[in-house]
Amino acid sequence: MAILADENTRVIVQGITGREATSFTKDMLDYGTRVVAGITPGKGGQRVHGIPVYDTVRQALREHPADATVISVPPALVKGAVLEAIENGITLAVVVSERVPRKDTIEFLEVAKARNARVIGPNTLGLISPGKVRLGMAGGPAADVRKAYMPGPVGIASRSGGMTTEIANLLTTRGIGQSTCIGIGGDPVVGSNFLDLIPLFDRDPETKAVVLFSEPGGVVEEKLSELVLAQKLSIPIIGFIAGRFVDGMPGVRFGHAATIVEGNRGSTKSKIEMFRKAGIHVAESFSDIAEIAKRYV
Amino acid sequence: MRLLEHESKRILEKYRIALPAGRLVGPGEPLAIDGPVMLKAQIPIGGRGKAGGILAAEDAEEARQKVALLLQSNLRGYIPKSVYMEEKKAVKQEFFLGVTYDTVAKAPVAIFSAAGGVDIEELAQREPALVRREHFTVGSRLPVHRAREIVADAGISGKLLLGLSPVLSTLAEIFLDYDATVAEINPLGLMEDGRLVALDCHLEIDDDAVSRHADIAALEKDTGRVEGERRTTDFEREAAGIDSLDHRGVAGRVIEFDGNLGLIIGGGGASLTAFDAIRSHGGRPANYCEIGGNPSVLKVRELTRLILSKPGVDKIAVIMNVVSNTRVDLVARGIVKGILECGRSPAETVAVFRVPGAWEEEGFKILSKYGIPIQGRTVSIDEAAKIAATKAN
Repeated sequence: MAILADENTRVIVQGITGREATSFTKDMLDYGTRVVAGITPGKGGQRVHGIPVYDTVRQALREHPADATVISVPPALVKGAVLEAIENGITLAVVVSERVPRKDTIEFLEVAKARNARVIGPNTLGLISPGKVRLGMAGGPAADVRKAYMPGPVGIASRSGGMTTEIANLLTTRGIGQSTCIGIGGDPVVGSNFLDLIPLFDRDPETKAVVLFSEPGGVVEEKLSELVLAQKLSIPIIGFIAGRFVDGMPGVRFGHAATIVEGNRGSTKSKIEMFRKAGIHVAESFSDIAEIAKRYV
Repeated sequence: MRLLEHESKRILEKYRIALPAGRLVGPGEPLAIDGPVMLKAQIPIGGRGKAGGILAAEDAEEARQKVALLLQSNLRGYIPKSVYMEEKKAVKQEFFLGVTYDTVAKAPVAIFSAAGGVDIEELAQREPALVRREHFTVGSRLPVHRAREIVADAGISGKLLLGLSPVLSTLAEIFLDYDATVAEINPLGLMEDGRLVALDCHLEIDDDAVSRHADIAALEKDTGRVEGERRTTDFEREAAGIDSLDHRGVAGRVIEFDGNLGLIIGGGGASLTAFDAIRSHGGRPANYCEIGGNPSVLKVRELTRLILSKPGVDKIAVIMNVVSNTRVDLVARGIVKGILECGRSPAETVAVFRVPGAWEEEGFKILSKYGIPIQGRTVSIDEAAKIAATKAN
């Protein structure tokens, strides 16, 4: 089983006529994703890889009922696009766009919460439930996705899009399949962080363990450890924390915007200590992720 | 983007938050003052006082000397371009008012303390009860009655409650209106005459929202407002130049280290992973970097040449996560070209090449031609790092 999306999920693409969206729409279709319609205001009536394009989400949904949207529009238009989707009853929005102003993100998350809709991203490559569905551009062309991902019992949630595929590839080459693999997005505030997603994996009977990829910055990992300590989660968690060397360089920005270290708070040292205290497995080397995962499959 | 104190204060003024009388002073300006003043170096960091960036002066001559002193100081790497001069008046009590985002709760949070003027984070850890924190929403904002609830729960009543609540509410308005990620008044001073005055303040504007505020965008373009923000080495400056050679992909975020193993690594998460792994296997990196998107052959070639130009660097490790956007063949070509142009042998110089993914067959052909061993997707990032570290030592 997969979380969030599976082979039955019907998908619209907002901003479908953009260069990037056109390309990942093809990759999604090749992978078997049920893309039912696209939306670009002003371009209604066109087709992209055979998928009909509409001016508004409402028009699209009248003809093609859908559950999820993948949004790839310029940063200033993201808030409007998410609100349009949610107001029309979409319950899962994957926001691929980068550089979304933080206030806009918080604002559409407030509406999403009130309407029980879930948001992945912004600044995410998307998610893949191997063999079933892929939302967004994680993993590249369908042939490459099939090489790196395979169905199985391990979930992945990663703060890095590229490393989502790298972890899946590591597991696949060691014979371990995946249930759902999610790039949660690189921004400091994302719609679904580890605290939101691990409980979903925990409730999924077919996911036996979950791998987290973390970087310096933020305190979500620390909060997750508290949740585990309070025995709110029973699924085995394997944490890999990259960027340990950053602890020695306070104030230097690495990688994603979130990677800003202020004192010990948010440092890899603090995250590793909290993980250990909570009984979350800490993979010392990247390959250890697979060695630990093997115990649970 | 962190605003300077005087830039933040112009915004507070616009929202009618009371300020001490003050003005900006540049180098060599004549000073006419009629009482004691505070002289504050305009640099974008916290802890200016501790760094020696805030001085008091009793008369015009002392002020002139101290302004000159501040303008020559190097304060934690920053050289002030101007000094903000303010009247110095007695303060009866200091408060902390702040607004920021709680990234875990995904909500803005208002912070208030009747014990301002100190390191608020330290106080919040030591005596959390003294620092009130409450979430609010962007949709409902922080109207005065909500602000009053927060201030009242901090034990403030009477006239002071009526005075403080609107300031906290207004600070939240500024925070939201300006797309700030941090808005702080610390301290807000209660003066002898009963007025509440913002003695210092700190605004940080979301880099991704600067473009929708014309006044902030103009400040951002002004390259003369801050000196010393980037303490980069020549090596890092040259690398930044390479990244801006064209708009294809990223070959950037180069940081110099003093080791002997050159790194061409990417993307963001994989760079962090590879760097840690090389160190854990005893390797000594000469640099950090992040290759991403689909960089041109030119960029990779130039970055290779730059890294090999560092004294003592004779090996390069090329490690990326399984790529979908980056083309393996273009990376391979850039690396080989860069090495050849330095007059070195590709087979000897490349300690490891581990970039699986898009166009890998074409890439592997180029590598084989030059005798560079290929590590495919079954070799993990840390295994590749081990190979590189072993060869370099």
